[in-house]
Amino acid sequence: MLAALIIVFREVFEAGLIVGIVLAVTSAVPHRLRWIGAGLFAGLVGACIVAAFAGTLTQLFEGMGQEVFNAAILSTAVIMLTWHNVWMARHGREMASELRTMGQAVAEGAKPLVALATVIAIAVLREGSEVALFLYGVAASDEGGGRALLGGGALGLLLGVAVCLATYLGLMRIPPRALFRTTTVLITLLSAGMAAQAVFFLARANWLTSFDQVIWDSSAVLPEKGLAGRTLKALIGYTDQPTAMQLAVYVGVIVATIALMRLTATPAPPRAVAAE
Amino acid sequence: MLVDVVRRVVVAGGGLGMLLLATQVQAGGPNEICLTYANGQFEPKEPTVPADAPLTIRVKNMEGKAIEFESETLKIEKVIAANSEAILNVRAMKSGRYEFYNDFNEKARGFVNVQ
Repeated sequence: MLAALIIVFREVFEAGLIVGIVLAVTSAVPHRLRWIGAGLFAGLVGACIVAAFAGTLTQLFEGMGQEVFNAAILSTAVIMLTWHNVWMARHGREMASELRTMGQAVAEGAKPLVALATVIAIAVLREGSEVALFLYGVAASDEGGGRALLGGGALGLLLGVAVCLATYLGLMRIPPRALFRTTTVLITLLSAGMAAQAVFFLARANWLTSFDQVIWDSSAVLPEKGLAGRTLKALIGYTDQPTAMQLAVYVGVIVATIALMRLTATPAPPRAVAAE
Repeated sequence: MLVDVVRRVVVAGGGLGMLLLATQVQAGGPNEICLTYANGQFEPKEPTVPADAPLTIRVKNMEGKAIEFESETLKIEKVIAANSEAILNVRAMKSGRYEFYNDFNEKARGFVNVQ
């Protein structure tokens, strides 16, 4: 039972962190739960499909199907998160500070909600497919104690949901103005981390093996598979043995996000310019 | 200001360019290990391979449920569906003893001896 609890919690934990952040990011947007719910649902359905066809998926791309698939969905999430940040650079300030312009912003707000709902779906899909495979194996085996294992799984799921709520409530304690800045930084690092993980999967698939020398090894100090390591991995893409390519892409995504946000940001209102 | 923006775009473009230009470098003839998973155990449990050469691990799951083949130290992790086979690529490793296990059943463990 404990093993099932740990396995399910570990997977749900990472998705929970991401859902918690998205809940906080969208706290000012009406009907957000509809979008987030749709993202969760799509992710769960996707997870079951991936789990059902896991064998087939593995055989694709000369046995590297899982790696390529992971790299592809992570890259999609990176694009969605960057799109969200760029959109928010244009409209977010109004949404966070001036309630009266919010109606207008929200009318256009469906766009980034599609992006964030996609990110949630991807997070749930990635973690959920492993849980689905594990629980299916448990349910299919005729060993005794299958029910206890499922109970452990349910408890793990509840704990994961608690992580999601704790993340959300923690972020909501930040005052609205600072919240916007905080979530922008969080989303940028989340996206850079996902890009670095995509590089990792491409390297494992032997699709991208350039600059694959390990830059540092911090596995003795902060192991990637420990609780702190896992948290940092889910949030900012921490890895204890990053390659040169991973670092380059990580920094590249951050720089590109900042550049795109600057380029598309709403020009400052005239009075602000006069004050300078 | 404009120069600043251009500089940023060039840097970002450079990063992306590196990603796109990276070629598929295939190392010549990687070493291969074949593992079989049956009755909740891996076989062989302690395969030995030479150091500093890329490695391919082929895992055959003979059981009726999925396993997740994982090694923290080798940096690999892959779900292997019931009654199927999967290949994992490992980068060149220094000599040492690297543990692997089935993440869905942590009693099933073994080591890759890199010498």
